[in-house]
Amino acid sequence: MELTRYVSIGQYLPRDSVVHRLDPRTKIGVTTLLMVVIFVITDFTGYGLLAASLVGLFLLAQIPLGYAARGLRPILFLLLLTFVLNLFFSGLREGTPLVRLGPLVITSEALSRAAFISLRLVLLVVATSLFTYTTSPMALTDGMERLLRPFRRIGVPGHELAMMMSIALRFIPTLLEETERIMKAQMARGAEFQRGNLLRRARAMLPILVPLFVSAFRRADELALAMEARAYRGGEGRTRMKELAFAARDAVAWIVSVFATAVLLASRWLGLP
Amino acid sequence: MIEVRDVHHVYLRDSPLAAVALRGISLTIPDGERIGLIGPTGSGKSTLVQTLNALIRPTSGTVSVDGEDIFAPKADRRRVRQKVALLFQYAEQQLFEETVAKDVAFGPRNLGLPEDEIATRVHEALQSVGLDPDRFGPRSPFTLSGGEMRRVALAGVLAMSPKVLILDEPTAGLDPQGKAEFLQLILRLHAQRQLTVILINHSMDEIAQTTERVIVLDAGRVVMDGPTRQIFARAEELEHLHLGIPQTAQILHRLRARGLPVRTDLFTLEEARAEVLRVLRPA
Ligand SMILES: Nc1ncnc2c1ncn2[C@@H]1O[C@H](COP(=O)(O)OP(=O)(O)OP(=O)(O)O)[C@@H](O)[C@H]1O
Ligand SMILES: [Mg+2]
Repeated sequence: MELTRYVSIGQYLPRDSVVHRLDPRTKIGVTTLLMVVIFVITDFTGYGLLAASLVGLFLLAQIPLGYAARGLRPILFLLLLTFVLNLFFSGLREGTPLVRLGPLVITSEALSRAAFISLRLVLLVVATSLFTYTTSPMALTDGMERLLRPFRRIGVPGHELAMMMSIALRFIPTLLEETERIMKAQMARGAEFQRGNLLRRARAMLPILVPLFVSAFRRADELALAMEARAYRGGEGRTRMKELAFAARDAVAWIVSVFATAVLLASRWLGLP
Repeated sequence: MIEVRDVHHVYLRDSPLAAVALRGISLTIPDGERIGLIGPTGSGKSTLVQTLNALIRPTSGTVSVDGEDIFAPKADRRRVRQKVALLFQYAEQQLFEETVAKDVAFGPRNLGLPEDEIATRVHEALQSVGLDPDRFGPRSPFTLSGGEMRRVALAGVLAMSPKVLILDEPTAGLDPQGKAEFLQLILRLHAQRQLTVILINHSMDEIAQTTERVIVLDAGRVVMDGPTRQIFARAEELEHLHLGIPQTAQILHRLRARGLPVRTDLFTLEEARAEVLRVLRPA
């Protein structure tokens, strides 16, 4: 019944670490570079080095490594599927055959490719989870808003987007809690949600959905009123209590990651060692 | 009778947000008692009552209703929930049907009762919460006042014909008169239907006026359990838990501290008045 246990959006883990204190714009930038790097690397040695640096970053951020693994749980099935598909159907039929299963052949090339692609997926998820573990939703939207600011001229409503996102993030736990409470209240009146065919189950959702919508609309109304009562009128001319500011640590993070990415790209395209 | 044996509960176990809510609760709740469950915020009251009708499966420990372990593999959860009804805090927010009558019928319908039985139950339940079935039955619950909606929600659980009625802060957010009426209603239901009543409440006055036994929780443990008068006589311990005592008792305690030899375990205005007069005007 504990819905919060199964849904993990914005799994921010507050810690007092240098990674947490980095400016969110830095973290968005570095994470993007990481993505690029993950796609550019084509050998296991590269991924080994990258994995080692990710482990280092997790330690630096004081996030237990178990959490890196936990982030993989939702994509376990996808991972398995990717691995199997690449193993049998990657088209690498020439090469050293390892196993023959009727018409299916596993070559050592296909095995190494399947392992490589799965590793790529794992690294992508672990890198993004490091970002979500160390960046509070508030910091994330602040960073986004700032990054979108230059695009306002061409009509991108950065402030509004960021505001909507932070409100949505803010209300996810509330809505989950409320869903749980309403479900329990209806169960106390004998409702069951796991019984019967699809149609019956869909009908059984009604006693949850109606109260949930009623309260979501009420909350939206109240929030709008509360915002207006405090004279909210969009981002125009709005100042902030905490201005985002780059610090020395951000410079270090930028320099290290830009340099590493540049070296990697150079070696890849210029054929350097 | 409900028996709770060494119940522990941890929310979000195995996660960084794990919260221990119950730490070894044992209780016996005989039929027909009126029990007040009090304790500071976060002491585990709401968690405890949800284990009594199998809405929460405790991490360890057993709960049995009328001798049957409600968490046994083949236990009939629906029957447990029919016997032990729970009215959640702000219960008016659970209403969802087009009409009041249909909403009250939701519980009995889930029990699979025949239509005529459902109709009788809806009629009786609305009547017992003081809402005229003919006038309110066909109305949309969303057109009612907050207090009326809460009564409809109460009717919704009463229509299950429970033996035990658990109320989680049933008077929160009602006006003073609404509160008094709701408590009168609970007392009347207790008398008419021989219900066991478990009342969670933050107002010590309301607890004192409606219950005969008080259980005090603190940090997931039972720290006091006894007859209402005896519990409220332990003013200092309650003070320590930031719970306080009923207002009349507070006044009597102060009078006593100033040298007036009054009894301090009286919780209604009439009793307190009579006591003060008795002491001031010796025969
Ligand atoms: N769904 C939940 N997920 C995680 N923790 C919870 C959940 N519900 C309650 N808790 C935690 O369990 C503890 C006991 O909560 P509970 O709601 O039982 O307290 P309570 O005595 O009813 O408090 P109140 O008087 O505020 O209603 C608290 O520390 C609370 O934070
Ligand atoms: Mg509570």
